[in-house]
Amino acid sequence: MTKPVLPDGLVAVVKRECATCVMTEPVLATIAASTTLSVFTQDDAAFPESVPHSHDSDLSISWHHDIETVPTLIRVENGVEVDRTVGWSRVAWRAITGIGDLGEELPVMRPGCGSLSVDPDLVDKLRARFTGSVLTARHIDMASAEDEFESMFNRGWTDGLPVIPPTAERVLRMLAGTTRAPDEIVAVAPPDLVPLSVEKIAINAVMAGCLPEYMPWVIAALEAVCNDRFNMHGVLATTMPVGPVIVCNGPGTKRIGMNSGINVFGQGNRANMTIGRAVQLAIRNVGGGRPGEVDRATHGNPGKLSFCFAEDEDGSPFGSLASERGIPPGTDALTVFAGEGPRCAVDQLARTPDELTNSFAACLRSVMHPKSALAFDVLLVVSPDHSRIYAEAGWARGRILRELHARLEIEANLILRGVDGMAEGLPDRFRDRTVPKFRPDGILLAHAGGGAGLFSSIIAGWANGDMGSQPVTVAVKS
Amino acid sequence: MTTPRLTILDPTSESRPARRALLSRPSSVDGMTIGLLDIRKPRGDVFLDRIEELLTERGARVLRYAKPTFTKPAPADLRHEIASQCNLVIEALAD
Repeated sequence: MTKPVLPDGLVAVVKRECATCVMTEPVLATIAASTTLSVFTQDDAAFPESVPHSHDSDLSISWHHDIETVPTLIRVENGVEVDRTVGWSRVAWRAITGIGDLGEELPVMRPGCGSLSVDPDLVDKLRARFTGSVLTARHIDMASAEDEFESMFNRGWTDGLPVIPPTAERVLRMLAGTTRAPDEIVAVAPPDLVPLSVEKIAINAVMAGCLPEYMPWVIAALEAVCNDRFNMHGVLATTMPVGPVIVCNGPGTKRIGMNSGINVFGQGNRANMTIGRAVQLAIRNVGGGRPGEVDRATHGNPGKLSFCFAEDEDGSPFGSLASERGIPPGTDALTVFAGEGPRCAVDQLARTPDELTNSFAACLRSVMHPKSALAFDVLLVVSPDHSRIYAEAGWARGRILRELHARLEIEANLILRGVDGMAEGLPDRFRDRTVPKFRPDGILLAHAGGGAGLFSSIIAGWANGDMGSQPVTVAVKS
Repeated sequence: MTTPRLTILDPTSESRPARRALLSRPSSVDGMTIGLLDIRKPRGDVFLDRIEELLTERGARVLRYAKPTFTKPAPADLRHEIASQCNLVIEALAD
């Protein structure tokens, strides 16, 4: 719908429901008597009785001219707005009308009321009415007896849980969460290699249950996974149990209410649960990546529904994962890691950093198999109770990682194929060598979890490096 | 026409896969050029070595190819190379 042009002269937008508008009726009559005044009324078509007016019945004038408050008084010259005031202000109305004694009988000022065009109960419908044409996705009409929730299951659009019906109103509201245009292509979604538009992301974000303010995070996560480095195609297609684990950093994590504390990987937080879910739904629905088809996971893991959390940066004695990976502190960013489900590393007795690091190293030895080396990366999420031990000893990230890697140098002869009655292990060419369990940048350190519990968490990775998946960190843009 | 009770937007790619008929099975491989694509799974080469022996015995000319890694789709250049050089291709999955 094209933007209606305002008539030249003065334009007032009012509604009967607003006491300030009712109060200004005599003033409007005075203005109308001396100059060209066009009054648009939002609610009662009869109001204001003493002044000629038009009814903005579909709120088109109000919507397109960004009326947020009534009364609003605008001066228009040659079809262009040149001045505007909102609410009642004797000084401002006199200035804009040029009538020196206007409103002498009224108070000096009165604030206005909210415009109907920004009424929370109406705004989604108005957005759909006036901007709906930006949506290019196929519109699907539900039959009168059709249950939309069952229909979306039957169409194969869900991850096994119900999804929210992506109506135009909801999708447009979601799009308001990003400055990007609906037709902007953010990435190419595997496995079908489909250009992934902001509009399609918004549709899937609605279905996942996201709020509009999560959109920048969902977009960033999809940018981070859909590339050759992270290799979402392989992460999806593999028989191993991994999915994208999304670690969020920056002040924006608090603004959108993400959880970095108690039950950080678990249920109960809308942002944590739905950002990761939206990413997976976009891969499923746009990319065509469905379990049993290109997704060949033997077991998968429950985190493939959503595995997304914020890092507890304030409590971290070793900085944040994003800043370690080149993002300036204070910047919103996220890191994607191809990971399996978390498991607990318990040490309730360690009181020194050496004791704790020894425990972590022993637990990390068993990532994927105690006799595997160099094949997988790992994300170690240290809890506040454990990180305090490092903080008190003055161990920062570099020291912790150095000490961990040093304890994870393994005599290859102990983990060769066949040793200890296990066929699994390193091939014989490693005999008499020492091998690191992890490649030099293969341990990622993050800080999260509730304030009580001498446990940390190990999230094992997938085939690493160029032949598998590399962690990717990106800034989150509005 | 009545207004639908609810209208929702399609979350999918809205693409329809192209359907192509299977090629007819060749009655003989004699004189054909056959590509063997190793996707780089462990021991895929063992399987393909044996296939190469059997095909060569039957008069086929065998060309060997390999993906850089089994975790990623074959690069476009490799797919083009195979398509332009071979009559048939056999892809190995092993472990």
